[in-house]
Amino acid sequence: MSELKSDTYSYKVIRQFAIMTVVWGIVGMAVGVLIAAQLLWPELNFDIPWLSYGRLRPLHTNAVIFAFGGSALIGTSLYVVQRTCHTRLFSDGLASFVFWGWQLVIVLAAITLPMGLTSTKEYAELEWPIDILIAVVWVAYAVLYFGTIVRRRTSHIYVANWFYGAFIITIALLHIVNSAAIPVNLTTWKSYSVYAGAVDAMVQWWYGHNAVGFYLTAGFLGMMYYFVPKQANRPVFSYRLSIVHFWALIAIYMWAGPHHLHYSSLPDWAQSVGMVFSIILLAPSWGGMINGIMTLSGAWEKLRTDPIIKFLIVSLSFYGMSTFEGPMMSIKTVNALSHNTDWTVGHVHAGALGWVAMISIGAMYAMIPPLFGKIKMYSIRMINWHFWISTIGVVLYISAMWIAGVTQGLMWRAVNEDGTLTYSFVEALQATYPYYAIRLLGGFLFLGGMFLMAYNVWRTVRNPQPVDTRIPAPVV
Amino acid sequence: MSSLLSWYIIFIVAINIIGCVALLYFTRKKKAIAAENETTGHVYDGIEEYDKPMPRWWLIMFYITIVFGVIYLVLYPGLGAYQGVLGWSQEGQYEEQVADADARYLPLFREFAAVPIEELLDEPRALKMGQTIFVNTCFGCHGSDARGAPGYPNLTDDAWLYGGHPEAIKTSIAKGRMGVMTGWKDALGDDGLRDVTNYVLSLNEVERRFDRDLASQGESQYQQICAACHGPDGKGNQALGAPDLTDAIWLYGGSYNLIRDTIAYGRQGVMPAHDEILSPEKIHLVAAYVYSLSHEQADASAESGEEEP
Repeated sequence: MSELKSDTYSYKVIRQFAIMTVVWGIVGMAVGVLIAAQLLWPELNFDIPWLSYGRLRPLHTNAVIFAFGGSALIGTSLYVVQRTCHTRLFSDGLASFVFWGWQLVIVLAAITLPMGLTSTKEYAELEWPIDILIAVVWVAYAVLYFGTIVRRRTSHIYVANWFYGAFIITIALLHIVNSAAIPVNLTTWKSYSVYAGAVDAMVQWWYGHNAVGFYLTAGFLGMMYYFVPKQANRPVFSYRLSIVHFWALIAIYMWAGPHHLHYSSLPDWAQSVGMVFSIILLAPSWGGMINGIMTLSGAWEKLRTDPIIKFLIVSLSFYGMSTFEGPMMSIKTVNALSHNTDWTVGHVHAGALGWVAMISIGAMYAMIPPLFGKIKMYSIRMINWHFWISTIGVVLYISAMWIAGVTQGLMWRAVNEDGTLTYSFVEALQATYPYYAIRLLGGFLFLGGMFLMAYNVWRTVRNPQPVDTRIPAPVV
Repeated sequence: MSSLLSWYIIFIVAINIIGCVALLYFTRKKKAIAAENETTGHVYDGIEEYDKPMPRWWLIMFYITIVFGVIYLVLYPGLGAYQGVLGWSQEGQYEEQVADADARYLPLFREFAAVPIEELLDEPRALKMGQTIFVNTCFGCHGSDARGAPGYPNLTDDAWLYGGHPEAIKTSIAKGRMGVMTGWKDALGDDGLRDVTNYVLSLNEVERRFDRDLASQGESQYQQICAACHGPDGKGNQALGAPDLTDAIWLYGGSYNLIRDTIAYGRQGVMPAHDEILSPEKIHLVAAYVYSLSHEQADASAESGEEEP
């Protein structure tokens, strides 16, 4: 009863982030389902500008990546860094600033994007005042995170923290460089990028692909390196492999951006180098999958009995699948077919739903009970249902987009005997139509699973008497 | 590319690839690991780590991708200013493909380009080719069925802003058109706008509801301001692209409010020039297809007219 505060972990901010992960997950995915429906029934924008596809699409991507993914990453990283360093966060005040600052960023995004305020840079659409706020919050987050690592009571730094650390440092760099802009209007927040032409394109995709590499890959690998061995109650498969794939991954990812700009005004040399390093990236990417899945070896039966393990391990399978698909799509010949088609959309969602969302969901199910002083989630059966519903949703989504994408790519390039194109653009669109319906169904199922999760989480934390867990002495 | 930049690129690419190889080399399994199930001894929050060797197939895969990358960078441009053994470039690939396509398809296009557009109406194959180019080039504004949209003319009817002769159509496609009507809100005032709008409605051959008194008040202003382009009788002027105001076709909408807006604020219609996008042969075929949309029927009725009497 008379425990010192420094004897406990700082859980308040993590509880906040965990709950907001579920909330923003539902919001972001609901917007995704709406715009997927708009592709089938364009009338669903109701002729209201804020509901038009062009404004909601960036809202969807920002909400799922930065609101849902961001809350999951920041929340779990602050949990993992405390637990694996056997120490309390070094500042509760800073932690609170990071939480409220990040929520403010999200709310501002949710207001300005539907208003049509945009820098037009994909995944970096927010205008400069919000960009400045992001930079400030992110630096505070970095200070909080690394400050806590400095205070660790273990001799070494656990591998999960390398990945989280690389993610935090690199995102600061990417965000500040890519968002550099000259404001031209203080009331409409309009600004122009400091870069122009092919340089602008290259900076944008250096940012864009490293956001995939460091935010959506390294960050979530940090999550994986804690929650998989913890949930499986098994040692990590190979320390050596984690060192090699970590350094290879962060060194090589930096190069991959130009594969978004094949056959463009980007110089040939940059396109080739981007493609070569994208292919070399395959093995370092798979290192994380191997280390995660093989950690379970000797305890495979948990795949049958523990739905949280199912989420974690299946997410690693989707991770392995999309990190194989990515290097293949970076090959110029393949890219010539896949570029601008729905194949890309399918690839992104294999990663975003299959990997990022499913590992986050698994981590939340594992983390929420201890955060709220509970032994386990309210209903394990419901987690199992959630697992199957979302897995079916992802599979429907990505297979529909594969078929749609390859169909589009083939129809666009089909040539008649006289040299004219065989199909008009509208015919390719028409051929895509049924797959848009399947995609909508897949997304709808995934969103449905999130509602199940929200209910389960609510029942778990309802009437909570949260207890801050006592810090165990490190094993020296 | 300056040679300094070139060497810099070569240097950092090489460092990164060599770095990967070095990383694999120095972490390879040194001495047989005695007990595979020994952990590193670190424990974090109850998590331990084995130090098992990296899977062999994974290492081999890593090396294969590195070898592939090196071979690729020898064959293709990538290492700074070095062009690669194959001398490949994307411009070169593009020109090769164009040359290949020209060799295969150009004779047929030239054959049709030599035939006057009126005669191509009897060449279903030429019209089909023209249509295919149309539905991939022009559909964005004029629609896949060429029936247009507000602000974009319907190409299947008999009304032509700049003339419906084959040569006029070809010029519209190749050089584009700029249809500009200035706004007259300040010159006419609200009453003037109301009067002229009523007068324009009165000119229409289709029965329209309008106020006769206001229309007659608007006539003199019409003759002073509008007649210069649209003609005293409102029949328009194809030399200027001024539309006929007496027919049932309204490019920007024919309701009272929309006509008044057009008079008040003016309109700007742009058809971009396509002579840099389409070859002269393709423009000829597209023009033939567009021409056929409003002339097929005329020909058919002319033929049946000959046969019937």
